[in-house]
Amino acid sequence: MSSTLNVVTSQEYKYGFVTDIEADSVAPGLNEDVIRFISAKKGEPDWLLEFRLKAYRHWLTMTEPDWAKVAYPKPDFQKIVYYSAPRPKKPQYASMDEVDPELRRTFEKLGVPIHEQEALAGVAVDVVFDSVSVTTTYREKLATVGIIFCSFSEAVKSHPDLVKQYLGSVVPSSDNFYAALNSAVFTDGSFVYIPKGVACPMDLSTYFRINNKESGQFERTLIVAEEGASVSYLEGCTAPQFDTNQLHAAVVELVALDRASIKYSTVQNWYAGDKDGVGGIFNFVTKRGLCKGKGSHISWTQVETGSAITWKYPSCVLLGDDSIGEFYSVALTNHKQQADTGTKMIHIGRNTKSTIISKGISAGDSSNSYRGLVKVQPKAEGARNFSQCDSMLIGQSCSASTFPYIEVQNRSARVEHEATTSKIGEEQLLYFQQRGIPAEEAISMIINGFCKDVFRELPMEFAVEATKLLSLKLEGSVG
Amino acid sequence: MLSIKNLTASINGTPVLKGIDLEIKAGEIHAIMGPNGSGKSTLGKVLVGHPAYEVTGGEVLYEGRNLFELAADERARAGIFMGFQHPIEVPGVSNAAFLRLAYNKKAEAEGRDELDPLEFDDFIHEKIKLVAMKEEFLDRSLNEGFSGGEKKRNEILQMAVLEPKLAILDELDSGLDIDALRVLGDAVNKLQRPDRALLIITHFPRILETIQPQFVHVLSGGRILKSAGKELATELEDRGYDWVLEEAAAGGAR
Repeated sequence: MSSTLNVVTSQEYKYGFVTDIEADSVAPGLNEDVIRFISAKKGEPDWLLEFRLKAYRHWLTMTEPDWAKVAYPKPDFQKIVYYSAPRPKKPQYASMDEVDPELRRTFEKLGVPIHEQEALAGVAVDVVFDSVSVTTTYREKLATVGIIFCSFSEAVKSHPDLVKQYLGSVVPSSDNFYAALNSAVFTDGSFVYIPKGVACPMDLSTYFRINNKESGQFERTLIVAEEGASVSYLEGCTAPQFDTNQLHAAVVELVALDRASIKYSTVQNWYAGDKDGVGGIFNFVTKRGLCKGKGSHISWTQVETGSAITWKYPSCVLLGDDSIGEFYSVALTNHKQQADTGTKMIHIGRNTKSTIISKGISAGDSSNSYRGLVKVQPKAEGARNFSQCDSMLIGQSCSASTFPYIEVQNRSARVEHEATTSKIGEEQLLYFQQRGIPAEEAISMIINGFCKDVFRELPMEFAVEATKLLSLKLEGSVG
Repeated sequence: MLSIKNLTASINGTPVLKGIDLEIKAGEIHAIMGPNGSGKSTLGKVLVGHPAYEVTGGEVLYEGRNLFELAADERARAGIFMGFQHPIEVPGVSNAAFLRLAYNKKAEAEGRDELDPLEFDDFIHEKIKLVAMKEEFLDRSLNEGFSGGEKKRNEILQMAVLEPKLAILDELDSGLDIDALRVLGDAVNKLQRPDRALLIITHFPRILETIQPQFVHVLSGGRILKSAGKELATELEDRGYDWVLEEAAAGGAR
């Protein structure tokens, strides 16, 4: 490719700062003592310690999956710090003013709307820093309608029955290698409970940040929407720039009961490593939603732009009759990034419907794969799926692959799959430039057009952020 | 306005333009004609800065400036426009948004006020009348699913929006039926003014009945073999290109 397609992708990572905060950490390494330490540190009940130990023992029997189209040095699990908490000046924060000023400045840099003055933004935020949830805003306001929105650790203390009932009910601790690891060592995350018939009045949001160099982040999110309830949940992620790789292995479980609706949106911008592939986050995440009730609805929207390696398949188990699962994804890879991402739609109930829209953008020397399973079980009478997987290549040395798996065991099912691959080539760029539009703006416009079907699923502020992020990520790739 | 001297260019090392000389003054309409593969489209692409072509010699002055020192988008903002033979399709980018961005980039470069979406809406509704385009095409994705004729209509709409000083129209007539050709030809004529110039690249003389050039050049084998007034177009229509090539070969042999 000529000179225009190589200048636009070398933008520096703007969230690469490290916050100097005293942290309360355990020594690197993993064994039952470390797990007992984490559990004790968090004052957990015995059943939860048992849950962890069982997961750990199962994890020991498992091997890291290698079927994904990603290549990386396997992490040394004995070198990872499994617990790192910012050491508070006081044990509890009565208000945001008491939070470590360094930490507050970090969140200001990140643009997390944590202050009261940001009430206008209408977002309730839970912030998870390394492993521990720092603060949750708007809690009282939400509590008046019976909504529980708090850190996972707090939920274990104040709503143990709910946690016990749903933890591991969608992603069992033995589900896969990383989910098992997470189940053993998770330190915090978010918990959301929307009671029967309540439409959550504001978007809920969690901001994850990995700060400690050796620490892994193993957060756990659990969202339960009771009958007729609805909620929109946003998740954002950043990490500082280190030349070593950090592991992020999260588990997210969603449960939607009769006619409940959960919309889960992610903008993932973990540090991706440098141009030559040094450093960056290994992002191995298990996200799954269970449409348990009749007519329930779970929708995943993700914009994946960061991480050195992404291994992530937000899925829907469509158990309830007439339930609906959706997956809207934009995955952008540049430089040496590798992404293997997609979804699983498991149709079990009758007249269940699923939609998959996946947009992969590869630039630089990156590799970007869509991997998706649509499974229609024998009793899923009238099941319907529509999948569209589009790939766009920028430059000559990147690659895009699509691995659709379709298993249909019911004759009345209708499954459609469409796939396209296109290239931002010099002809396209010339067309824009010939109309007076500079190459960088042209790319940004072409990419946003390509991702439009996904971006319109995002809440407005998120869509704006995602649009900017994509342009930023591609700066320098067109030359 | 445009002065081309001994221009040579190649693609992947193969020479395609082998010494082109051409002067275009404000107010003039020139037609470049020639058989397929003669290099006439290449000339247009080189002038607008297509990255696949390498300029190997000669010079081009545009309003006294060395054209090759300007990037493709700078050339466009300086007033050079190309109506493409095969306009590309861009899914998800609305035609109206694209037109507005292009308009505003040029307005910015010329120190004029940019138009907000509402102002642009009024502006573009006047412009689409000129090319008889249906309003719905503004909301559609840029050229996506447009027929050949609709794409050409959209090219001329862009020309009307940008009001270029020098418009190069590459095979405007391909894909157009006779009525559409007349509408677009008339639109191009309306846009032509004493301070503007047109370079029509075409294989068929048909379009030159509507957009009448003062100068007709036959390009073949990367060279301009013959230049004359508009009567040359009529002659080419009657006799084809072979006689020009033979005449040139005989001339070269002499």
